[in-house]
Amino acid sequence: MTHFRTDLRQRAEELVSLYPRRRSAMLPLLHLAQEQDGYVTDEAMAEIAELTGTTPAEVRGTAAFYDMFHLEPVGKYVVGVCTNIACLLAGGEELLAHASATLGCSVGGTSPDGLFTLEETECLADCNIAPVVQVNHRYVRTTTPDLFDALVDDLRNGRLDHDVPPHGTLIRIRRSGGLRVDREELAGERAEARAAREARAATEAK
Amino acid sequence: MASLDAPKIVSSRAKFADSHTLSRYLETGGYEGLRKALTMFPEQVAAEVDAASLLGRGGAGFPAGRKWSMLRKSPVSYLVVNGDESEPATFKDHYLVERDPHQLVEGVIIAAYALQVTQAFIYLRGEFALGLERVQQAINEAYEHGALGRKIFGSSFSLDLVVHPGAGAYICGEETALIEALEGKRGFPRIKPPFFPAVTGLYGEPTVVNNVETMSNMPWIVLNGGAAFAALGAGRSAGTRLFALSGRVRNPGVFEIEMVKNTFRDLIYDPQLGGGVIDDRAIKAIIPGGVSAPWFGPELLDVPLGQDEVAEKGSMLGSGSIVVMDETTCVVRATWRIIKFFSRESCGQCTPCREGSGWLERILYRLEHGGGRVEDVDLLLDLCDNIAPGLTWPPQQTTICVLGPSMPSSINAAISMFRDDFYAHVQHGGCPHD
Repeated sequence: MTHFRTDLRQRAEELVSLYPRRRSAMLPLLHLAQEQDGYVTDEAMAEIAELTGTTPAEVRGTAAFYDMFHLEPVGKYVVGVCTNIACLLAGGEELLAHASATLGCSVGGTSPDGLFTLEETECLADCNIAPVVQVNHRYVRTTTPDLFDALVDDLRNGRLDHDVPPHGTLIRIRRSGGLRVDREELAGERAEARAAREARAATEAK
Repeated sequence: MASLDAPKIVSSRAKFADSHTLSRYLETGGYEGLRKALTMFPEQVAAEVDAASLLGRGGAGFPAGRKWSMLRKSPVSYLVVNGDESEPATFKDHYLVERDPHQLVEGVIIAAYALQVTQAFIYLRGEFALGLERVQQAINEAYEHGALGRKIFGSSFSLDLVVHPGAGAYICGEETALIEALEGKRGFPRIKPPFFPAVTGLYGEPTVVNNVETMSNMPWIVLNGGAAFAALGAGRSAGTRLFALSGRVRNPGVFEIEMVKNTFRDLIYDPQLGGGVIDDRAIKAIIPGGVSAPWFGPELLDVPLGQDEVAEKGSMLGSGSIVVMDETTCVVRATWRIIKFFSRESCGQCTPCREGSGWLERILYRLEHGGGRVEDVDLLLDLCDNIAPGLTWPPQQTTICVLGPSMPSSINAAISMFRDDFYAHVQHGGCPHD
């Protein structure tokens, strides 16, 4: 029995095979674990350790470094409000305070119904529509308190299920093509191509 | 008057609603640059890029061609694209990956051919959920189209391209930290030397790391020639560039304009660009190139948007992001927020950065929110002097990477320009502008 569901376990193995070294799949696998469970569970860490050839402690140590990975349960919707410089100049702090009041939780906390977790984020690189709000890392472009309240209403009533899928869906599109050719075969091809080019260059020089 | 005649090199397709699709890309000359590149020798392609004098568009502004020429000869080497765009108020790569992912993919394939690399990675920050989808979709389509994989377009060149999601860490934009993250580790910048991953990079092999916008220029440069690119702009700043304008302007956004031929004033005030300051207020200061850059006062608005032109005035064009602060902006609060960012994002390896950032943040917090003291103003500068001795520009290094020594820029600028405002905060027991 694996902790990853059968389809996600297959996906996980695909991800590992994309890289020359297994450990490189660490971040994508942690995203995948969040996709399944909402946060990175101890069981997932153990399985990621097995998949990447590391220890659960190394997986935890790596995951803890990155802001996007949650090691404890979060709401179905993780709402991020940016207050960095461009958003600060556009009322980001005020919008964050409003979000906290609307959702009934402090910054970093989860709403009483367990649906929303509120975060203050650093720059999200969408500064022309400031202040920037993301829900599950989707830009929702709600820059005013009224728009924010409408967004919460839409989320509660499932009207945004397509635009804002449950958290962790970073890689909604799967890779469909790929090349996992023997490196020596490729090196051989490259050497042949180089020889052909040199021959061509020599001919052109004459 | 702004000079807006230059061709749109990387943003030509953004006007189409379906600019991210393969069909639109092929209709508008897509993959023609790659087809042409494959008829040339790899060295010729690299020579065109060299001739273009393209400065890397990530922030450091290092010539892309020179970076390539440093690639150590080795049986295995890698190309990694840096799409970890997290510098506050920088949002041009976000624009490129969502609006024109095929252009990025084609650029990567061309660069990989020039470098004779058979494995490339595009590292995108994890918060770009849609961007990750669009780039993966473009890669899938490119494989199907024969532009990726074995024997590209029937040539002898093969390439595998993998998109790698980051997970929320500004420091991973530093190229050696990015490589660590790509190896599945914490994003800790590596000790230098070696200064360039071209010597020792991913898995210890020679690696070129280039920015998303740098790569997106490749198809045009190959199709039109390096000389045509170099003919735009002036001096060391060739070509056009995407400028990300934000803050207190009417029309914030990403604008592709010719380098040097336009000034900060053109960018901020031209009706086709920034459209002026909100409510026609006066400008207090601007950040000319990301929050690591020293600020400019309104007297420097006529400086041209060029690498050396901005450097001569003691700052940098950096990531090409310009933030406008008007007369209503509290500079103490702005400085505090910038330092809070650095404090949160410090990776914690080096003492001056890890401890200094938290200390600076607490002092700025109490100045802004009450409890600040008169001596705090010079204490800030003293602390900054410990992180980057002499408070010079460019800053002295005391740490493994440039994150820590980037902090003094805004503090030093804000205190030099608005020292009295800091004292007003002390006298008022908090922000007098609230």
